[in-house]
Amino acid sequence: MLADKDRIFTNVYGFQPWNLQAALKRGDWDNTKALMAIGQDAIIDVIKASGLRGRGGAGFPTGTKWSFMPKEPKPDRPNFLVINADESEPGSCKDREIIRHDPHKLIEGALIAGFAMRARAAYIYIRGEYIREAETLFAAVAEAYDAGLIGKNACGSGYDFDVFVHRGAGAYICGEETAMLESLEGKKGQPRLKPPFPAGAGLYGCPTTVNNVESIAVAPTILRRGADWFSSFGRENNKGTKLFQISGHVNKPCVVEDAMGITFRELIETHCGGIRGGWDNLLAVIPGGSSVPLVPAKDIIDAPMDFDGLKAVGSGLGTAAVIVMDKSTDIVRAISRISYFYKHESCGQCTPCREGTGWMWRVMERLRTGDADISEIDTLQQVTKQVEGHTICALGDAAAWPIQGLIRHFRPEIERRIIERNGGSLAPMQEAAE
Amino acid sequence: MPKLKVDGIEVEVPQGATVLQACEAAGKEIPRFCYHERLSIAGNCRMCLVEVKPGPPKPQASCALPAADNQEVFTTTPMVKNAREGVMEFLLINHPLDCPICDQGGECDLQDQSVAYGKGHSRYTENKRAVTEKYMGPIVKTIMTRCIQCTRCVRFAEEVAGVEEIGAIYRGEDMQITSYLEQAVTSELSGNVVDLCPVGALTSKPYAYEARPWELKKTLTIDVMDAVGTNIRLDSRGRQVLRCVPRINEDVNEEWAHDKTRHHVDGLVRRRLDRPYVRRDGKLAPVSWDEAFAVIKAKVDAAGSNVAAVAGDLVDCETMYAAKALLAKLGSTKLEGRQTGMDYDVSSLGAVNFNTTIAGVERADAILLVGTNLRWEAPLINTRIRKAIKKGAKVYGIGPETELTYKVEWLGSELSLLGGLPEAVAKAFTDAKAPMVIVGGGALKGGHGAALGFARQFNLVRTLEDGTAWNGFNVVHMAASRMGGLMLGYAQKGGIADVANAGVTFFLGADEVDFTRFGGFKVYVGHHGDMGAHHADVILPGSTYAEKSGTWVNTEGRVQRGERAVFAPGDAREDWTIFRALSEVLGHTLPFDSLSGLREAMAAEVPALRNIGQLAGYEWNPPALDGAGQGTLAGYPIKDFYLTNAICRASPTMQRCSAELVHGETFAEAAE
Repeated sequence: MLADKDRIFTNVYGFQPWNLQAALKRGDWDNTKALMAIGQDAIIDVIKASGLRGRGGAGFPTGTKWSFMPKEPKPDRPNFLVINADESEPGSCKDREIIRHDPHKLIEGALIAGFAMRARAAYIYIRGEYIREAETLFAAVAEAYDAGLIGKNACGSGYDFDVFVHRGAGAYICGEETAMLESLEGKKGQPRLKPPFPAGAGLYGCPTTVNNVESIAVAPTILRRGADWFSSFGRENNKGTKLFQISGHVNKPCVVEDAMGITFRELIETHCGGIRGGWDNLLAVIPGGSSVPLVPAKDIIDAPMDFDGLKAVGSGLGTAAVIVMDKSTDIVRAISRISYFYKHESCGQCTPCREGTGWMWRVMERLRTGDADISEIDTLQQVTKQVEGHTICALGDAAAWPIQGLIRHFRPEIERRIIERNGGSLAPMQEAAE
Repeated sequence: MPKLKVDGIEVEVPQGATVLQACEAAGKEIPRFCYHERLSIAGNCRMCLVEVKPGPPKPQASCALPAADNQEVFTTTPMVKNAREGVMEFLLINHPLDCPICDQGGECDLQDQSVAYGKGHSRYTENKRAVTEKYMGPIVKTIMTRCIQCTRCVRFAEEVAGVEEIGAIYRGEDMQITSYLEQAVTSELSGNVVDLCPVGALTSKPYAYEARPWELKKTLTIDVMDAVGTNIRLDSRGRQVLRCVPRINEDVNEEWAHDKTRHHVDGLVRRRLDRPYVRRDGKLAPVSWDEAFAVIKAKVDAAGSNVAAVAGDLVDCETMYAAKALLAKLGSTKLEGRQTGMDYDVSSLGAVNFNTTIAGVERADAILLVGTNLRWEAPLINTRIRKAIKKGAKVYGIGPETELTYKVEWLGSELSLLGGLPEAVAKAFTDAKAPMVIVGGGALKGGHGAALGFARQFNLVRTLEDGTAWNGFNVVHMAASRMGGLMLGYAQKGGIADVANAGVTFFLGADEVDFTRFGGFKVYVGHHGDMGAHHADVILPGSTYAEKSGTWVNTEGRVQRGERAVFAPGDAREDWTIFRALSEVLGHTLPFDSLSGLREAMAAEVPALRNIGQLAGYEWNPPALDGAGQGTLAGYPIKDFYLTNAICRASPTMQRCSAELVHGETFAEAAE
């Protein structure tokens, strides 16, 4: 278990106020000027050395991402930092805790990250439904401006840096980085084609980096405590600490920071008071938010909760939104509901996702009640394969994976429903009269 | 110049080319729906997926992927085949199976590609999606259930037509293409979305349920609705032209045509003159050809050499030459084609020509519009200016402010501005590398000399930095017959006033003339019962452009030839044969008795008319005219884009367009 002294998010439970005064007491904005004084490339090097991987789900090394930005931006094409606070993945709720209880960590991180990538300004795109959180964030940004921490000559460093907060309008797809840029520009939120990548042509055609809230918020602490400290947690290639968000059938659902690579069993036992009804009652876990495949109980219990550990069991860390399901769960219905979510949130731009998500959901709904033929399970599997990897953005993959996970691990359950609905046993084979 | 391999075939493509273009260079067909050469890349249909190494282990959209050195592209692997079949299946699951009643049938990309790349059966058993119809105006019929959301129409409206009135609303499988507030799309180019739509979602409203593409005879010809000379194809069945679609000609119309070009064709069969008439006691009475000729002979004999010919806007060079040859035999050169009474100087045709060429407009970086509403006078030149602006050109305008779909800095309406531009504007033209001026028909009177002065002042005729010749002086005409007529001498020093006193005047499809100025005997040789026929003493029924093979010269001096699509109705004849027959009656038999003979004679007189498809190549030798611009431009010559000539005035579609789009009438749609 992570020691209290090693926690980055010291106010994630909201025991203390979020405001600047309290944040200063927690050590935020502590001589930020000195952190910036080591130089832009040095900051990127520290982040690289820390092994921080993007906390938004894909796990791309953050320092490397920052280093893609032009080193000498042109005056008419400034660099931009866009911070993705459009946390809409079912199960995820970490950014929300950061923003409402520790917003200054994010704003300080924005300054440091923005400085490191030579950005002129940061745009924080916050989810539309986060109304109170947006209020907090607006207030925190105003506090930081008033205190001279951002704006002209931010923190006395001589660097001019603005932070803008932009509220989304409730579309899941706007959490995709290029759709977010479209939305910020005032257009319909639809992902762009890549290449060009945002680092080449992003917001308003200018070089842009899009980072998750957590990736940005941990940056100041990494710089203060050093890359070695951060990389002392977790396993090789999966370094650092991470906010886990455990929901579902545990005794005490919570958002908690712990070291990467902690096993599922330890995570649940330490922080969540165990599985509801005991470990034998565990059915399956979706370990990284709704878009990763589920993992059945036997595989997940001792799996390390990090990018590679979950990949090994056929899933992914995603945003570390751990959805725990015990044996009372109608697993087919659960996945069907997730399918409905993706059907509802598909932007409709490209064909496989637009047409495929609706098809998959409709078949899932019939599988839920067993109103289907056994062969349709295979058809559904093929349809998911036709969507996966054929779309502009990853929403197609995200819609396909949960269903693939279900079929991989719970095919007998689906078949049982079909058989039961059809009268208790498989229809007897009919011999053709000759 | 990246070199890559497509299915083992090595190809080299220009820098910036996409993998799709590389595949085409290697002779591989890549299916696509959303990709279109002239529109921005959307990459949303996912039909063009190919396997690319090096790259991620999944297929990539070739339309959006830049070709790079040492790439290996595979278009026939199982991965690609599966991807195409999968996308095809998705496109079809919500596409209605109404091909038998769909106007796109037979020329449908979705049909063709599903045969070539689809699975051949469907596994989808759920209910299909239905989408409510949208209203897009009198030209475009929508059956939006068939839409595959490729967004070609959206991109066309925004990028080429310049009206942001088509877009997508809602998301996911509920996404729908619609026009702004479901009102008519206010673009004179709206018909092009019908061609762009790869399925039957947007079809032609006037042509709905008229014909199947395989029933149609296709004839290549030239549009006469304006002076651009759009290359078109007339699709006809039996004796009727059913539709008109553009052909590709990069120098002229690219692959667009405006709505008047596309939809005037129902005017070709209405209000037609199908037999000769002679006015007796103030009323026109049908007569035989012989009787009509006899009446004319009596009048011509009386008039002697005091005969004239006035050419209309639509006639071909052959007709004009035949009339000219007959008049020459009678001893007259009273030829005039500028119906509205214009009398600009034509001593050098270079000074009244669109010298930059239509395609050349794209290279301009500073453009001055003088008295021209290009959107109505030459919509396809207007789209070229939009392209020039995309490359950084600045546009200034002299004349009443009007919406041209792009930003114009309006300087005022006084033609004297040509000689005294505001300092900043003058600097822009001094600094410009490829400056040009476009003088509209409205400004030639009073502004011709000043515009030539402007050309001298800013050195519009020059050699560009890349060594190519540049002539930035342009006149945009509105009549298809204009440049050909000027080449054949259809211009008098004083304009129409010089010919008005003729004893006998032949009106070659001239309907826009002020007939009250003509006191003599009026012979109308034309095809529609319009103004010319109303005032005529004798009517000789002629052919429309669709019913004869003819030569036209467009506003840039490009000589183009069209072929005959159908036969003229009733007793109507091809115009040149009318003059040939009349010449015999008059005792001055013309020396040709075939179209090729006529063309030989015509080319002997005006050699440039022999070079079909080429520019006539006028000399740049501008006359010395009064340099001061005089007068104020009160408006533009075209008052109603959809009703500019006899054919479109007879067309119900054009009348409806005029009422709805120009005069703002609303039409109730019948519930279906």
